[in-house]
Amino acid sequence: MSIFNKAPLRNDDDDARRPRAGTPEGATSEAPTTVAAASRKGSSVAKRKNLGVGSFVLLALGAFVFLFPFYYMFIGSLQTNPDTSVGGAFPSPANITGENYSNINNSIDLLKGLVNSGVFTGGVIFFTVVFGLLVGYALAQMQFRGKGFVFGMMLLVQMIPFQLLLIPLYVMIVRDYGLADTYLGMILPFAINSTAVFVFRQYFMQLPSTLFEAARIDGASELRILWQIAIPLVRPAIVTAVLLTFIGPWNEFLWPFLVTKDQAIQPLAVSLANYISNIAATASNPFGAILAGACVLAAPAVALFIFFQRQFISTNIGSSVKG
Amino acid sequence: MSLRSAGGPATGDTAGRTVDQRQAPRKRKNFLGRQPLGLLFSAPYVIFVLGVLAYPLGYAVYISFHQFFFTAPGVQVDRPFVGLDNYISVLSDPEVQRSFANIGIFLVINVPLTVGLSLVLANALNRVTRLRTFFRVSYYVPYVTASVAVVGVWLFLFQQNGLVNAILGPLAPNPSWLTNSWLAMPTVALYVTWKQLGFFILLYLAALQNIPDELYESASVDGGNKWVQFWNITVPGVRSASVLVTLLATITGANLFTEPYLLTGGGGPDGASTSPVFLMYQKGILQGNPDVAAALGVVLVIGVLLIALIQKRLVGGKED
Repeated sequence: MSIFNKAPLRNDDDDARRPRAGTPEGATSEAPTTVAAASRKGSSVAKRKNLGVGSFVLLALGAFVFLFPFYYMFIGSLQTNPDTSVGGAFPSPANITGENYSNINNSIDLLKGLVNSGVFTGGVIFFTVVFGLLVGYALAQMQFRGKGFVFGMMLLVQMIPFQLLLIPLYVMIVRDYGLADTYLGMILPFAINSTAVFVFRQYFMQLPSTLFEAARIDGASELRILWQIAIPLVRPAIVTAVLLTFIGPWNEFLWPFLVTKDQAIQPLAVSLANYISNIAATASNPFGAILAGACVLAAPAVALFIFFQRQFISTNIGSSVKG
Repeated sequence: MSLRSAGGPATGDTAGRTVDQRQAPRKRKNFLGRQPLGLLFSAPYVIFVLGVLAYPLGYAVYISFHQFFFTAPGVQVDRPFVGLDNYISVLSDPEVQRSFANIGIFLVINVPLTVGLSLVLANALNRVTRLRTFFRVSYYVPYVTASVAVVGVWLFLFQQNGLVNAILGPLAPNPSWLTNSWLAMPTVALYVTWKQLGFFILLYLAALQNIPDELYESASVDGGNKWVQFWNITVPGVRSASVLVTLLATITGANLFTEPYLLTGGGGPDGASTSPVFLMYQKGILQGNPDVAAALGVVLVIGVLLIALIQKRLVGGKED
């Protein structure tokens, strides 16, 4: 949900800053921003690196604070008896077991939860990529009546706070349409991520319009131009958009929690939350089981972002702040 | 690859418009524009926005002014207009007042901490070259991880005989963090700060790239030390990002649900960490009063807008 609410204001700032950052990159228009911007950043850092010792200590301290809970999550998930003393933060061979994983798996079906999370997230990504590419391309490289309206709508929509939509969406989707306990009901409110649409538009914008005019003159249909010319040129945009979109539904708790009561269809975040608030108290090693579930839930997202970390740097996520 | 492409992502918009104007006389006869297919390409998105976002927005306001019940699909019931009744019952509810006070406490702790820490860390990150990627990744790992997962560890760390209290020894608060009515909300605020910081560091990192190096160079020639440079170049240089970070942190705070629900077991102890969104869930969906919950939502959004306007004034300074 966070991305959902955050996006809007970024765009606000965008207008003011656009011309400056945009110009040098557009000139080399065959390579999207990422590369050019990254190298620019590299050079500016090199000039100032001699100031680094204090900063380095600060950063190391910060990294410890950020990473320790994840380390502790993993250690805790392997402990036979929860050891909360300072020594418990170090692995001790006598106290290691995989039992917590099988315990949590007996209470909530981890695999099923992962599959449900995957379907929910995959559905949102699918709709976002398919329809987002279409509208992003139209906004960037096509002239049609109502274009300004669609663009304005895309910016405005990102400012709608989700908490205001909570009750009416619940009434509509769960009560009126009877979509409780369905994947569609979970996916619907997030179906097309407007931030991703914005990212697509920005990338398509960088492509020279002459390219498309030429293709049109040669008689290529718009769909073919999009599929064969535009999309191959903006592959990094797709990765960025998929990553941005992924965080939302994979981590989303409130909405699927409201929509699903049937455990067979709950995403892992929801079934784990139910375990934490209802069942954990009755387990023999509640924290071990919770932490084991948490590791399973966290692992795919963390792995994905470490693997694609290049695509998730300031230039991309802040693309609209920076221009 | 002509002049038109030189605009890049940003100015491309204006470039597109010039093309449009130049060719307008020739193509005017086409009422729907030169590529009317664009309408078709936009249609799914437009339908999505109108149906799933814009319509419910109006519906929320409608619900808040009527007496509203949940019904089975297709059942028609009378839903009389009740004016401001729902708003009155929301505003006079001590639970609601408590939740807004809680959000106030949350924001007072979370927003300055977020702005300060993310700026300092982004600035430090911008200066080092070693392990840069490692640091950057380690900062946004909490941000990309599900709150439900991380809440598990925080419960473990901050429980009565958890690691944090073990380290603090005799200084450990009693009752412990999350069950202490004075400390529950600050702990939640601290948790959210930690969780979201990576995202804001990325925003600041982007903003820092826009400060020209020459400013730092001339400052050091003039003998300005690092402090002076930080306060006189960096802080003003990222002001618009600061406005953004402040606003986003506030909006995130107003949306608080998962944390009071899981971390403090439903807004405990004794309502000390309830949030408005948690009450919306409780009143609207558990207790079946969607009308009151919708009114609470409207009040919350108006409140956030007011705070956001004030913040923009304060943080934005003379720039606006």
